[in-house]
Amino acid sequence: MEATVAQTGTEGKTWGGGNKPLGASYGKLMMWFFIASDALTFSAFLAAYGFSRFKFIDSWPIADEVFNHFPFLHGVDAPMYYVALMTFILIFSSVTMVLAVDAGHHMNKKKVTLYMFLTIIGGLVFVGSQAWEWKNFINGTYGAVETRGGQILQFVDTDHERVALADFAKTLPQDRIEHQPSNGVWYDADKQTSASFTVEEITKGFEANPNILVRIQQLDENGKKIVLSREASLAKLKNDAVTTVEGANLTNNEYGPPLFADFFFFITGFHGFHVSMGIILNIIIFFNVLVGTYERRGSYEMVEKVGLYWHFVDLVWVFVFTFFYLV
Amino acid sequence: MAHDSTHTNQSATKRIWYVFMLLSVVTIVEVVLGIFKPAFLVQTDILYMHLLNWIFIILTVYKAYLITWAFMHMEGEKKGLRRSVVWTIVFLVCYLVFILLAEGVYIHDVFSNGFVTWNF
Repeated sequence: MEATVAQTGTEGKTWGGGNKPLGASYGKLMMWFFIASDALTFSAFLAAYGFSRFKFIDSWPIADEVFNHFPFLHGVDAPMYYVALMTFILIFSSVTMVLAVDAGHHMNKKKVTLYMFLTIIGGLVFVGSQAWEWKNFINGTYGAVETRGGQILQFVDTDHERVALADFAKTLPQDRIEHQPSNGVWYDADKQTSASFTVEEITKGFEANPNILVRIQQLDENGKKIVLSREASLAKLKNDAVTTVEGANLTNNEYGPPLFADFFFFITGFHGFHVSMGIILNIIIFFNVLVGTYERRGSYEMVEKVGLYWHFVDLVWVFVFTFFYLV
Repeated sequence: MAHDSTHTNQSATKRIWYVFMLLSVVTIVEVVLGIFKPAFLVQTDILYMHLLNWIFIILTVYKAYLITWAFMHMEGEKKGLRRSVVWTIVFLVCYLVFILLAEGVYIHDVFSNGFVTWNF
């Protein structure tokens, strides 16, 4: 124990943090305090997600259908593989971090440097992966139509495979004039003109293709989305559809309830922010290791403290992974 | 800090790799279950949830335990520190989850019992 605690000139001074009531140094204890409070913040977010999930339990998007991209595999349905890879990257960077801490116990500067470097690389790869995941989520794949009540109507063929709007929508010879800032006091681009197809074009295309059906958000008893009959599909599209939705933002998304995208952006964004901060902290500590700060101090406890934070970020991801992608 | 790290470098690193292996195996099991979704696990319901979801949650808590105990060295800390961190979180999270999920189920019932039309 003694060998790992930094001698910072505050020994014996209670308010300087010299006392070690729980056998841990002041710095480590404060890191645990921070982690405990941060864990409660994340729990609150995830519990709020669970609240919305239970509220819409029979119409929530199916994660496998939303997150099914993998780099260089275009159009291939690869549910979960990518996010599993991201999980491995983060767990592995946690392993290199704990190896750095262990090397620090043995005052092995070379090994600490190497492992800290690997940890930083792992963190950067993870944040990059998350950015790619966001890009896919924001761009969307198939596109959908939103009803007056905010319900999402998706399109499938007779085998219940998803169909993209571009595959059947007609391009009507109508003038779609972009709203110009000069024509209004407030520049407010109309949703209809910014989408690739108008609802009329989708409806016309739908009428011309008898093998396309509408899929609604409600789940049947097997956990599959309900597909309407051809007649019901037509009626639904003609009576209720108001806007085209492509991809996701904070107000609508093509996957289902707006809350789904809101929580996704907020929770994974907040976690990504934590990872980014962790990378910055790791880089600072890495340079301190390089210039020999901890070698002179006679203890690598700082690596241990930043390591605690890094493991915590990994821990949060384990929960995000379960509740966003698995459950 | 791990007890044994002061004795030999070997045993400490050995434990790290062992825990990494455990975490990997659990993650792989989760992903495989998530992709194939065995029918009997999805159709069996216990306490408002599919059995499969309970399995995911239990495995997640197990992973959280491994990370906290082995990687964050909770196993080497004083009992007081360990309890003040772990019990606080576990108690508050259980409370929060219970309150919010029970409320979510209630609102779902209001929606589905027909007093509110929201599918239009």
